[in-house]
Amino acid sequence: MLTATLRALRRNHAAKVAVGVIALVVLVGVFAPLIAPHDPNLQNLQLKLRPPFWMDGSEPGYLLGTDKLGRDVLSRVMYGTRVSLLVGLAATLLSGVVGAAVGVVSGYYRGWREQVFMRLADVQLAFPSILLALAIIAVLGPSLLFLILVLGLTGWVSYARVVRAEVLSLREREFVTAARAIGDTGPQIMVRHLLPNIVAPLATIGTLQVAAMIVAEASLSYLGLGVPPSVPTWGSMLADGQLYLRGAWWIAVFSGAAIMMTTLAINVTGDLLRDVADPKAYHR
Amino acid sequence: MIGFIVKRVGHTLLVLFCVATVAFFIVRLAGDPVQQMLPPEATIEQERALRASLGFDRPLLDQYVSYMTGLLGLDFGQSVFFHRPAFEVIMERLPLTIDLAVAAMAFTLIVSIPAGIVAAVRRGSATDTSVMASVLVGQSTPAFWVGILLILIFAVNLQWLPASGTGSPAHLVLPAITLGLYSAAMIARLLRSSLIDVLGEDYIRTARAKGLSGFKAVTAHGLRNASLPVVTVVGLEVGSLLGGAILTEQVFSWPGIGRLTVEAITYRDYPLMQATVLFLAAVFVIVNLVVDLSYALLDPRVRLS
Repeated sequence: MLTATLRALRRNHAAKVAVGVIALVVLVGVFAPLIAPHDPNLQNLQLKLRPPFWMDGSEPGYLLGTDKLGRDVLSRVMYGTRVSLLVGLAATLLSGVVGAAVGVVSGYYRGWREQVFMRLADVQLAFPSILLALAIIAVLGPSLLFLILVLGLTGWVSYARVVRAEVLSLREREFVTAARAIGDTGPQIMVRHLLPNIVAPLATIGTLQVAAMIVAEASLSYLGLGVPPSVPTWGSMLADGQLYLRGAWWIAVFSGAAIMMTTLAINVTGDLLRDVADPKAYHR
Repeated sequence: MIGFIVKRVGHTLLVLFCVATVAFFIVRLAGDPVQQMLPPEATIEQERALRASLGFDRPLLDQYVSYMTGLLGLDFGQSVFFHRPAFEVIMERLPLTIDLAVAAMAFTLIVSIPAGIVAAVRRGSATDTSVMASVLVGQSTPAFWVGILLILIFAVNLQWLPASGTGSPAHLVLPAITLGLYSAAMIARLLRSSLIDVLGEDYIRTARAKGLSGFKAVTAHGLRNASLPVVTVVGLEVGSLLGGAILTEQVFSWPGIGRLTVEAITYRDYPLMQATVLFLAAVFVIVNLVVDLSYALLDPRVRLS
């Protein structure tokens, strides 16, 4: 999988750029406190709503301008990276673990477990995308931990369905029969023999889901239901920026551009992984 | 066929029951919601009065049973903020959300069908590449960011269209594009890959061999066969457009059900929030049922499997 991915990457220029963008976003997120020119929450009302550096009236040292409270937009975008990446990765990991476990168990044991889990999946899918997360956060209140838990626990269905389908065919294969013949128990077969065989589809869905989670986090933050207001996020900057769209477009435009650039790069990379995992889909 | 319908309807009823249960418990996740609904300076008496009027002082099972029996008669509870039945408030806002969903679906189809066909027929060309690149951008761009950009360009700078509110068809243009963009990208991609599969079939080669022009072969033979998966997804998208309008309605201050949900959250009107969440999920489930049944009607393979 890894060598095939690297080979595909060499041929695909868009994916090269995408991987570069992802690396940049991760570096900015990790080193934000070191490279951000200002404290993202430092207010200076004398410098409020200053435009980016190439426009008249800009303030030196504030490359992307300032917001309504005189906070540096560039620093806030840089710090916003941290929440997006943290929520995106943690929620994806959580939903991947839950989804893979549910999928393997339903596919391997079938019977009542499969029935129960698949009905649960139907109920989960009945709620349009972020509606469930929105309602739960509204009741529990804004918190980074709740946000990760809610997004993670509502995102498991896509993994569970794919993993179950894979396991349904894997469980009939000879190596599983052989493992059973030498006395391996159900849990041993699932962990040692089935899980390693579904890493590729898991990696593909996971990559695409990081982007979806980042958008979900931004959406909730935009609605004021993400993390506490003191933490700079791309979604809350967009919401603030929309109020000043007429005079100060840069607040909304730069935070939104950060979201789009990140999700686009992740989706391009995810598509590449899918093409490698499923060569038939490559030519579509 | 009858067996299939009975099974599918029964399954939907079960899901609806679970959805109603989930909506009931979400509101009670943090314990008693009454405290959060009142301002901090409220007295104990006011708190007690609100709790009694909403029934939160009764045992949980009791509340659940009367909530469920109420739902059978379309009683979605009382909105605290509007002082009216929640169902009434929802029905008032529903037409606006339907307008928006219909306009968004129209935009989706107008854009995605030609784009999908051209990309499939001219596969590998520069046109195909640019369609696929647009698809990727469309699928990666969050709706609210598209909406804000559209407002910035067409409302603030060019001043061609209103930035928010309702009242005229012009008010509908930007929200419809915003809401429909993701579906347009998805359907264009699906139609393209579905059409590419079909164009490789023998009957297309036969059609070409007997002298049909490329265009005729694609529209008369290819499109019809490629459209089945697309029709399903279009149907499902109607459901998610109705439900997915929360962000779009918020961006454009469009007073439909999505915005009503956000209002309910802002006013801490939990009974209303419970009602809108349940309503949106129920609409989604029922649309899915209708799509499934009509698909089975069109394609006998579905009901046999």
